[in-house]
Amino acid sequence: MSGVGTIRDVRDDVQNGTRKATDVCEQVLAQISARDPKLHAFNTVMHERALACAAAVDRHPQRATLPLAGVPVALKDNLCTRGVRTTASSKILETFVPPFDATVVKHLEAAGAVIVGKTNCDEFAMGSSTENSAFGVTRNPWALDRIPGGSSGGSAVAVAADMVPLALGSDTGGSIRQPAALCGIVGLKPTYGRVSRYGLLAFASSLDQIGPLTQTVGDAALALSVIAGVDPADATSAPERVPDYATALKGDRRTLTIGVPRALVEEGVDPEVAGAFKAALETLREAGAKLVDIVLPYAGAAIPVYYLVATAEASSNLARYDGVRYGYRATLPARATTQGGMHDDLRAMYGRTRAEGFGVEVKRRIMLGTYVLSAGYYDAYYLKAQQVRTLIRQDYERAFEHVDVVAMPTSPTPAFKLGERVSDPLQMYLADVFTVSANLAGLPAVSVPCGFTTANLPIGLQLTGRMFDEATLLAAADTYERHTEWWKRHPTL
Amino acid sequence: MASGFSRTQVEAVAALANLELSDSEIELFAKQLAEILEYATQVQNIDTTGVPPTASVVTRHSADRPDVVAGSLDRPDALANAPDASLQAGLFKVPRVIG
Repeated sequence: MSGVGTIRDVRDDVQNGTRKATDVCEQVLAQISARDPKLHAFNTVMHERALACAAAVDRHPQRATLPLAGVPVALKDNLCTRGVRTTASSKILETFVPPFDATVVKHLEAAGAVIVGKTNCDEFAMGSSTENSAFGVTRNPWALDRIPGGSSGGSAVAVAADMVPLALGSDTGGSIRQPAALCGIVGLKPTYGRVSRYGLLAFASSLDQIGPLTQTVGDAALALSVIAGVDPADATSAPERVPDYATALKGDRRTLTIGVPRALVEEGVDPEVAGAFKAALETLREAGAKLVDIVLPYAGAAIPVYYLVATAEASSNLARYDGVRYGYRATLPARATTQGGMHDDLRAMYGRTRAEGFGVEVKRRIMLGTYVLSAGYYDAYYLKAQQVRTLIRQDYERAFEHVDVVAMPTSPTPAFKLGERVSDPLQMYLADVFTVSANLAGLPAVSVPCGFTTANLPIGLQLTGRMFDEATLLAAADTYERHTEWWKRHPTL
Repeated sequence: MASGFSRTQVEAVAALANLELSDSEIELFAKQLAEILEYATQVQNIDTTGVPPTASVVTRHSADRPDVVAGSLDRPDALANAPDASLQAGLFKVPRVIG
């Protein structure tokens, strides 16, 4: 390990002048050059822009008050950065250079953070392994022949391999929490609406949420305080007040009540994951938490509901990639005749552009989503899924009458081997069994490291909280972290 | 329905999605869409009588705001990523539609 330390370490040092933001930035860029060729966490590294930004932090008259002074950040490559290529790891956006910054990017830079690069992910965030990238796979730093999880796999690896102390990802069905679990770090999906989605390339708009991946819960709290808040550019961003989450971790801890959906977590879980989960519950109990068994009767249907709702929204959102306003356009041979009319030339251009620009998983989801929205099937699939989505929300509402947070494993298995599930999409979708319901219900959820398998693969504990109560959620996760040392382990590279 | 997906059905969905598919993709998707939808039938077996659908979890909208004119994207910036555009005319270009 020769990273720059946690967000808090860097922020404190840069604020009080112990370290310069420029030195931190240079160290991070050197670390990326040394480690990334093996891992491929990054699609783009922004050497010059990062150093210029770090120099500006060093010159900043109010440097001592910047909440993320000099903190290097990696951004998932589906977050728009003005003047810097943003691809969503898709061929269709290989050369897309956004003319604007995502709102989270503006918040980060105003807080003194230094953006160093854009990270690899599953194409348009569709996947659980980062294998669906047009630019190659990302490797798990704990075992190079295994997947890092996904879709924010590059962001998770950038933090887990000590290249940066903070990365942002997006989470539509577990895409922050699952790679965080599989890489042994902290990943937080905030409440739907807590963070502006403006400038996030949309996958499923009613489920997508941006959040931080960090080494510690305290760091996730620092990052969330910076990126959260209402935004006129995102009508779904929430007007709820943003508390200082780092302060929320320091206050007196009242007794936490933790709900455990036993029936749900006892099926289809890897024995070593189940063992680590059980031990984590015991640790929480010893730390003063009260454990309560709960039932989430409809959570078992979350995967099919998710794949109907998310693909329907995706098929609509991805209609914009048609080779006209931005991105790739296929070249078609000139037609010898006008048979069929000129209109067919335009249709052919759309169809060919999308055929050549999208990868197979994106096509599969567009097809599924188009089908479930089509006349005759809408009621049977899409409407039905939305109704069951209501039942899943109500499951959680009932649970939160009695408990403060709900505990589950983040992923039913540790990281699997590269290539193991690529030809079986349904098997791949099952990796999201414990994570998708938080998105369907709009709830905040966090994954924290809770152990390792005998093969030294990280295991994650997932805690889910009430809407807009990230403060209690993070306090629970912080309590667990304080009583364990899993988070201190780093991969040997 | 979910037990089988014909080539014709796959082609009809692909046309709706403006997606040109190869022969092998049509075969692959016919099989995989059937499998995924078969798995999704467990949703159809749940009694949802009288249950309202959830399209969004947003309960408090922040969309209302004063109607104030603000800046927007400059035309050259908006055209900069277009695969084919006329910067002088300020227009995106597509294959000819009208004869």
